[in-house]
Amino acid sequence: MIPETGQFALILALLVALTQAVVPLMGAASRDPARMALARPAALAQFLLIAVAFGALMQCYIVSDFSVLNVVENSHTDKPLLYKISGVWGNHEGSMLLWVLILSLYGAAVALFGGNLPEALKARVLSVQAMISVGFLLFILLTSNPFVRVDPAPMNGQGLNPLLQDPGLAFHPPFLYLGYVGFSMAFSFAIAALIEGRVDAAWARWVRPWTLAAWCALTLGIAMGSWWAYYTLGWGGWWYWDPVENASFMPWLAGTALLHSAIVVEKRDALKGWTILLAILTFSLSLLGTFLVRSGILTSVHSFASDPARGVFVLCLLGLVTGGSLVLFALRAGKMAGGGLFAPISREGALLINNVLLSTAAGTVLLGTLYPLIADALDLGKLSVGPPFFNAVFLPLMIPMVLLMALGPFLSWKRGDLPGVLARLKFVFALAIVAAIAAWMIAGGTAGPLWAAGGIALSAWLILASLLEWTERVRLKAGFWRRVRNTPRAAHGMTLAHLGLGIVIAGITGSTAWKTEHIQVMQIGQTIDVAGYQVTLDGIEDNVPGPNYTALRAQFTARKDGRVIVMHPEKRSYRNPPRPVTDAAIHTNFLGDLYVVIGEPNAGGGYVTRLYYNAMAPWIFMGAVVMVLGGLVSLSDRRFRIGAPKRAAAAAAVKA
Amino acid sequence: MTRKQRRLYFVLLGMLALGGATALVLTAMGDTLVYFYTPSEMAGKQIGPDRRVRIGGLVEKGSVAKDHETTNFTITDLTATLPVTYTGVLPDLFREGQGVVAEGRIGRDGVFHASEVLAKHDEKYMPKEVAEQLKKSGRWQEGADTAK
Repeated sequence: MIPETGQFALILALLVALTQAVVPLMGAASRDPARMALARPAALAQFLLIAVAFGALMQCYIVSDFSVLNVVENSHTDKPLLYKISGVWGNHEGSMLLWVLILSLYGAAVALFGGNLPEALKARVLSVQAMISVGFLLFILLTSNPFVRVDPAPMNGQGLNPLLQDPGLAFHPPFLYLGYVGFSMAFSFAIAALIEGRVDAAWARWVRPWTLAAWCALTLGIAMGSWWAYYTLGWGGWWYWDPVENASFMPWLAGTALLHSAIVVEKRDALKGWTILLAILTFSLSLLGTFLVRSGILTSVHSFASDPARGVFVLCLLGLVTGGSLVLFALRAGKMAGGGLFAPISREGALLINNVLLSTAAGTVLLGTLYPLIADALDLGKLSVGPPFFNAVFLPLMIPMVLLMALGPFLSWKRGDLPGVLARLKFVFALAIVAAIAAWMIAGGTAGPLWAAGGIALSAWLILASLLEWTERVRLKAGFWRRVRNTPRAAHGMTLAHLGLGIVIAGITGSTAWKTEHIQVMQIGQTIDVAGYQVTLDGIEDNVPGPNYTALRAQFTARKDGRVIVMHPEKRSYRNPPRPVTDAAIHTNFLGDLYVVIGEPNAGGGYVTRLYYNAMAPWIFMGAVVMVLGGLVSLSDRRFRIGAPKRAAAAAAVKA
Repeated sequence: MTRKQRRLYFVLLGMLALGGATALVLTAMGDTLVYFYTPSEMAGKQIGPDRRVRIGGLVEKGSVAKDHETTNFTITDLTATLPVTYTGVLPDLFREGQGVVAEGRIGRDGVFHASEVLAKHDEKYMPKEVAEQLKKSGRWQEGADTAK
């Protein structure tokens, strides 16, 4: 009964979405308030119906209803409850249901909190949002129905891929989707603005919080995925330039650019056409990511299914959305002539260069990700594009960006004084160089590569300049707290987010340059020196029972400066499905991670072990968290809560 | 700055970025692309030790010999074979008779020195490239569990 209720709710949601896609749009065109007003209840109803469907599927997982095929294929009674729940989105059908759930959640949020939006804009935004819903609801109902029954029902299910049975991964997909799908808001606003033929400061002020919320979720989602890869895959690596990682990274790059160009639209009424284009491209990249992951065209832990019908469907949807919106853009972009003029050296100019570099970077990542598919299609041979390519292309684009990123906030709008800013930053520059040399010497001098000093200098440059900009804003003397309070939260948010990136850069540099790795056969009782830690293999215990696995459990003791740290890495054998999984043990001292992995027993006695010291690695994840905090602080800015200025007032202000 | 000058500035900036990116991509592609070959393709091609390549196939049964942290094994596509040596910890799913992809360089001794060994996450399948090659050479048995 419950699966049928879910399916029925999905079909109803499709019908509601169809209505929502058509009626308010027509109402907005004919200025009919009754038809426009339909958008709000429709968006809420659509969300509730999809939530019912999602709840129904979750219920099937929690009670292990093995008459539902999706549950049979992805669950098992012996799984802990958390993984029964996360199993709902640990598979193709369920994750698509989560996708539309979040899509309709954003629609409902506009319906609820969009009280200050002009009726016509709100109606159009919700209609566009519903069109995307229609596409994805059809996709689920036609190709990926999660509620298909099996008869007779098997006694038990096949279980969830053990790699996915991990708390980090349980929450990685929801956050990633909150980000991915959140960019649909910017997209819907962009399309609505194109239909209306008007983009102004008020529009940008409505779009920014949605983009910012999506950006925060996506940043957190990517960081979680990276952290998961770091501690479960047992290599101590945190980013592989894997096509699926790139699929989430491209919308992030484009979304970051969008976040910055929307500021120019809001403050200076310039870069309008570009911002609209960027909104379209960001969401298209999100859809492309969905296509790459869902079509099974790429083989990875993320591609659950390789049913060609699904790939073709998502590809058609992608073509329709991107193609349609670009045609609309081409027809209407002429009307978007910007207002504010500015000199190349100005805040706008710096933000524009940031946009050019970020979108170029997104473009090169896109090329590298798709190139193997293109080469295969053109019969140029089978090949893979790996980290060397991305490092060689991506880093040269990011270095000037970070250099400029420190300068940007110092430049004034319209016309900036570059020599003046550089003069103010002399000491920051000198300090960054000193910090780099100091870090390089502490890390062992010539034992590490020279470029590491450059990376640390870059990080210190960004961190110190951001701090300087903040202190100049709030001035560290009497009245300090009052000025801190009076500074817009968005400004504090920017400082935090830029600081976060600085911390990430330091982490990336350190963990790449100063990682130490020891792979060897260790006998029980043997001690090895890893970056100053005396690591001893104390013993091995076999057949340690876990909730749904048995583990080979090793005990290591690490000693340094009189401190004793006991670590337990495991090699787990899951029962359903039967598969070995490595569980690394990590001890962090916030400057680096001691990372211990137990491997196979050696024929001549002892065990193969891998011991790493990943210098600075925790900074990568801490920095990402600081970035997200910056986004959240900025999101709490009161002008977003109070809402945008009235349109007439905004127009008058621009003229004045 | 007039509107026209600004537009010119935009266009120049865009072209600069595009030109720079193209140059970067072309230089990077020249020496970072890693081609994928099967053992029989390797036998037919003259690939020197200067190129990084990926080799895919099945781990030949009975070929795995471990010596401390070094593992020697043979990759086969059921037509030709290639000896491989790898130092490090093998992925959890590395097993005899199962699909594997090794990345590295061929040595002057004819042995493939792998710096990375990848085994498919999913036990049911072998790497897609391997499956396609086996289909091409007619060795693919539909539905057969090649893992055993």
